[in-house]
Amino acid sequence: MAIRPSIVLLRVGMYLALSLVACLSLIPFVWLVAATFKSSGDIFSYTFFAPLSRLTLGNYKDLVTTEPFLRYVINSVFVSCAGVVVQLFFSSLAGYALAKYQFPGKKAFYLLMLASLMIPGQVTLAPSYELLYRMHLVDTFAGLLIPGAVSVFGIFLFDRALQQVPDELIQAARIDGCNEFRIYYEIVMPMVRPMIGAFCLISFMGMWNSFLWPTVLLHSKEHFTLPIGLSQMVTLYSSQYGMLMAGTLLSIVPVVALFFVLQKEFIAGLTSGAVKG
Amino acid sequence: MKSVATTPVSVTSSRASASLRNRPQRWAPYLFLSPYVLLFLIFGLYPIVKSLILSLYVTNGPKDALFVGLANYAFLLHDHDFGTAVWNTIVYAFWSVFLQLPLSMGLALLLNTKWVRGREFFRLAFFSPNLLGQVFVGVLFTILYQPQFGLFNRFISWVSGGLIPVDTKWLQDPALVMPAIIITSLWMYVGFNMVYFLAALQAVDQDLYEAALVDGANSVQQFFAVTLPSIKPVATFVLVTATLGSLQLFELPYILLGNGSGPKNAGLTIVMYLYNNGFQTGDLGYASAIGWTLAFGMLIISLIQVRLTGATKANA
Repeated sequence: MAIRPSIVLLRVGMYLALSLVACLSLIPFVWLVAATFKSSGDIFSYTFFAPLSRLTLGNYKDLVTTEPFLRYVINSVFVSCAGVVVQLFFSSLAGYALAKYQFPGKKAFYLLMLASLMIPGQVTLAPSYELLYRMHLVDTFAGLLIPGAVSVFGIFLFDRALQQVPDELIQAARIDGCNEFRIYYEIVMPMVRPMIGAFCLISFMGMWNSFLWPTVLLHSKEHFTLPIGLSQMVTLYSSQYGMLMAGTLLSIVPVVALFFVLQKEFIAGLTSGAVKG
Repeated sequence: MKSVATTPVSVTSSRASASLRNRPQRWAPYLFLSPYVLLFLIFGLYPIVKSLILSLYVTNGPKDALFVGLANYAFLLHDHDFGTAVWNTIVYAFWSVFLQLPLSMGLALLLNTKWVRGREFFRLAFFSPNLLGQVFVGVLFTILYQPQFGLFNRFISWVSGGLIPVDTKWLQDPALVMPAIIITSLWMYVGFNMVYFLAALQAVDQDLYEAALVDGANSVQQFFAVTLPSIKPVATFVLVTATLGSLQLFELPYILLGNGSGPKNAGLTIVMYLYNNGFQTGDLGYASAIGWTLAFGMLIISLIQVRLTGATKANA
């Protein structure tokens, strides 16, 4: 079956357009990687990679010697991982309650959650700070983790996902004498592994990239997470491009790596609320 | 035989209903929801009420407060810097929505065509900038925007055949600060919104296209008669969330402009102004008043959007 030349032309044009946008999306990443291995003299002399003989690890060395960068990395990893675990547990538990129980006041819970989504976080920024100040939680990781321990987005996500778990299974477990928490933990949750993966990544990214609340809350360098640390480095070492780029690259590698592992689940989780709803 | 078979069933069901009445199932859901409720009361409801009260005070840090009534809100009306912040935020929201969403939609339509190869690769490539937080993008782009040597200037100077000079000062010239921010946000978010459009397009009932084809509709007619109505709920969702997100812009310009608002406040946004007042100046009351004004504006704008797109009708 012959294809008309006009259609061939159209398809070539479409691939060109797609490839152009893909290049525009990816080129900054390539430049970033290249920049971290160039000395400050070379950073703009070569558009992308410098010749092999001129490559240097100096930027990475500067990064860990002039700034407590490893501290920032450790803080970010700790805060994000702890935050994910806490959010996963509380959000899925609440989502399970809404998905699989009939109880008086259930509608009120839905309304409460919807209402709380309507108020943007910045409105409560000032009083939240004041509250944590009174609780002596300013400049602590607890102050970062506790107020965000439950994600309303996560509750909705798990509510939707857990509705697909058959009631018979839960009923059978009850008859076997399994208690309510063990049903959630050992029977229901393992059935929605992909959703757990998606939520973990979404929640990890949110925590890893978060800046406004941490920068308001955390004051001392030893508590800084990567976004705060890096934002200060921009003003302190505004001309040390290579070092800043090395810091940026190291800051994005964990999220990119996790994304590659959980890509499919992530996109399914992201769009599940919007598309089927 | 029949009676033998029914007996065990009735035994189990009566046992099950007995356990339903007096067993943990009754209080378990409340227990499972209690962490959320507790945290909401302390870190959600209390700060909301408190910020309403706080917005009636002038404060100096979390300790000193002076009651001023509605003076904070009245002052906002005459506050020149706040006016600048509102204007910048609206300009940003307008351009980022009206440039971003059509581009996202276009890419999604291209990727949704049947014969496209490498759909997964393109989706991944378009989406990848969104993995970076605004802070990291900000740091990267401050250097990409460097006059003379920066990659961005070299690129557009090359594309324009030298028409746009290579020493364009994107982040130093007040007139260019906002375009630079909008371009950066396009890079970040076009692929993100495309993922939603693509998922919606893939969920459109294929039978509808068949029917349209039978009726002799061309592809443009198909788009307006079948595609657009089918993806309307998702499109409205993306429109509203993208608008709300851009009205809360803060980190990107803050980092791009070296932890500041840029020359002549050209990159000052509402949330940046809130942050500066609350946590640089220490006036948590004024910051709260700015926050409520923003929340009110966001509510109004999203209500108008939902009404204009008629999404509520489509759902009903």
